[in-house]
Amino acid sequence: MENILKVNNLTKKYGSLTAVKDLSFTIEKGNVYGILGPNGSGKSTTLGIVLNVVNRTSGNFSWFNGNVSTHEALKRVGAIIERPNFYPYMTASQNLKLVCKIKNVSENKIEEKLELVGLLDRKDSKFRSYSLGMKQRLAIASALLNDPEILILDEPTNGLDPQGIHQIREIIKKIAAQGTTILLASHLLDEVEKVCSHVIILRKGEKLYAGSVDGMLASYGFFELKSKQPEKLINILEKHGDFSEIKFANGLITAILKAELNAEELNKYLFNKGVILSHLVKRKESLEEQFLALTKKQSN
Amino acid sequence: MIRLLQIEFIKLWNNRASKILIVSYFVLLCCIALISVIKFPFGKGILLADLGIFNFPYIWHFNTFIAAFFKLFLAIVIVSMMANEYSNKTIKQNLIDGLSKKEFVLSKFLTVSIFSLVSTIFVFIVSLILGLKYSDYNEISIIFSDLEFLLAFFVKLLGFFSFCLFLGIFVKKSAFALGFLVLWLIFEQFMYGILGWKFTSWETAQSIKNVFPMESMQNLIKEPSRRLDAVQELGNQIGTNLSYDYHVHWYQILIVLVWTMVFVYASYALLEKRDL
Repeated sequence: MENILKVNNLTKKYGSLTAVKDLSFTIEKGNVYGILGPNGSGKSTTLGIVLNVVNRTSGNFSWFNGNVSTHEALKRVGAIIERPNFYPYMTASQNLKLVCKIKNVSENKIEEKLELVGLLDRKDSKFRSYSLGMKQRLAIASALLNDPEILILDEPTNGLDPQGIHQIREIIKKIAAQGTTILLASHLLDEVEKVCSHVIILRKGEKLYAGSVDGMLASYGFFELKSKQPEKLINILEKHGDFSEIKFANGLITAILKAELNAEELNKYLFNKGVILSHLVKRKESLEEQFLALTKKQSN
Repeated sequence: MIRLLQIEFIKLWNNRASKILIVSYFVLLCCIALISVIKFPFGKGILLADLGIFNFPYIWHFNTFIAAFFKLFLAIVIVSMMANEYSNKTIKQNLIDGLSKKEFVLSKFLTVSIFSLVSTIFVFIVSLILGLKYSDYNEISIIFSDLEFLLAFFVKLLGFFSFCLFLGIFVKKSAFALGFLVLWLIFEQFMYGILGWKFTSWETAQSIKNVFPMESMQNLIKEPSRRLDAVQELGNQIGTNLSYDYHVHWYQILIVLVWTMVFVYASYALLEKRDL
C-alpha cells in the first residue's frame, strides 16, 4: 500500500504546554481518515505541522514516502484549515487563479470546481461578499483545483448552519466516492462516522487509538429487548452466559454481548423459555459510544 | 521567477488601493517634468529651468534626488502588501497551497526589485527628455556622464523597500509598520545624538551614523542644490564655501546592499521561525 503521509514521534510544545505528544500514524492511499478528539486535543496543531505552517519541536514526518520536499508535496495536497483564507478584495475566480499559480497547475479546472461546489454563478463576486458557507465551499473548490491525492479538512462544518453543513457533507461524500484519500479532523463524531473508514483518536495531544472504525472496540454489539415480563427476561439472560452486562432502564433492556450471537437464535431461545418479546434489535455501538468508552477507559 | 512575480502581480493589481497608489506614484515621477515650468516672480520671472538644473549631467543628480521623495507612496503599498498577508491570514493559505517560505519572501523581494528598476527607468527617461529639451550641453559624452546617480537611486529604493518588507513581516500591521518606520528614523538621530554627546566625538558619531540603514540610504544621493552655479555664487558672496563631496561612493552603495540583504534574510528567518 502506498503511504501518503507518515508521522513519527511528532511533538509540539508551546512554552510549557504540550500540544502534540509523541504522535505517530500513517495515512495510506485510498482510505478516508478521521482525526477525532475534543477541542484542544492537538488536531489542528498536527495538521499545521504537516502543512508547513507550524514548526515542530521534535519528531518528523514525510509526504509520499519522503521523496519530495514538503512544499512540493503540498502542491499535490488539498487542504483547508480552520477558517477559509482568501484575499477579500478579489473575486472567487481571481482567488482561484492565484491558487493555480501557486500550485503550478493550469487554470482550466476553475469553472469545473466552482460548479462542483455550486458557486459558478457567483464566481465574479468579491470574496468579502460571501457568506461563511460560501467561503467554506470556495475553500473546498480551491483545495480541489489540483485534483489532489489527499484532501485535508479541518473542521469543515464549523460554524455553518444546518443547510451549509449538509452541503459540505454532500460534497465530501462526492469526493470520497471518487476514491480520493481524505483526512478529516473533527470533534463531531457523527460527521466522522458517516464518511470515515479509519480513525485516529487524540486526547490532550496523545494518540488513544489509530485503526479502522470497526476495530476500535473489539465488541460483539448489544441487544435492545422489550417484553411484558422484564424480570423473568433478565433472569434468563443472566443465566445465558453470552452476555457481559445487562441494563434495565425505561422499560428497555440492554444486553451487551461477550460472544457472537445472532438475533434469531436469541429469539428462539427466549421463546422456548417462555418469554415473548415485543421489541428486539441487535446493534453495534455507535462511534460516539465507542469514543466515550475509549476515552473513559484510558482516563481510568 | 516569472511565476513568483505573476503571483504577486495578481495580489497587487486586483487591490484597488494598491493600484491607485502605484499608478499615482508613476504619474508623480513623470511630474518631475513640471518643475521646468515653475517660474519665480522676480522681475520678468525666472524660469527654474533657466537656473541650469536641467543641465547634463547635473540633471541626473537633481532628478534622482527629487524622485526619491515619492518612494513613500510605494512604501505604503509594500508595507501593506506584506502586512495584509498576515491580517487576511492568506500567508497561511499560500504556504498550505504549496508555496515555500523562501518562495514567499522571494516573490515579495522580486516585486520590490521590479518597482525599483521600473522607477529607475522612468526617472532615466523623464530626465533624458527634460535634459534634451533644456540642457545647455548636449554632447553624448556629457549626457551619459555621472550615471552613477541612477545606480544609487536604484540601490536606495531597493534598500528602502526591503526595509519596508521587513517591517511589514515584523510588525504584521501596516499602520503600525509605517509608524515604526518613522520611529526608526527618529531613533537613528537619537542614537547619533547620544553617541556624539556622551560617548564619542561628533565625527565618530557621524561615521557610525553613516552605516545606519536609513542614514546610509540618505547618504547615497546628497542634496543637490549646493552644486548649482547660482547657489555657489551666492555662497561666495556671503563668504561661505559651499563646495562639498556630492559623489556617489562604492562603499556607500555597499552599505545599503548589505542592509538590503540583512532585511531580506531577516524577513525569511522571521517567517521560518514563526508559527502561523
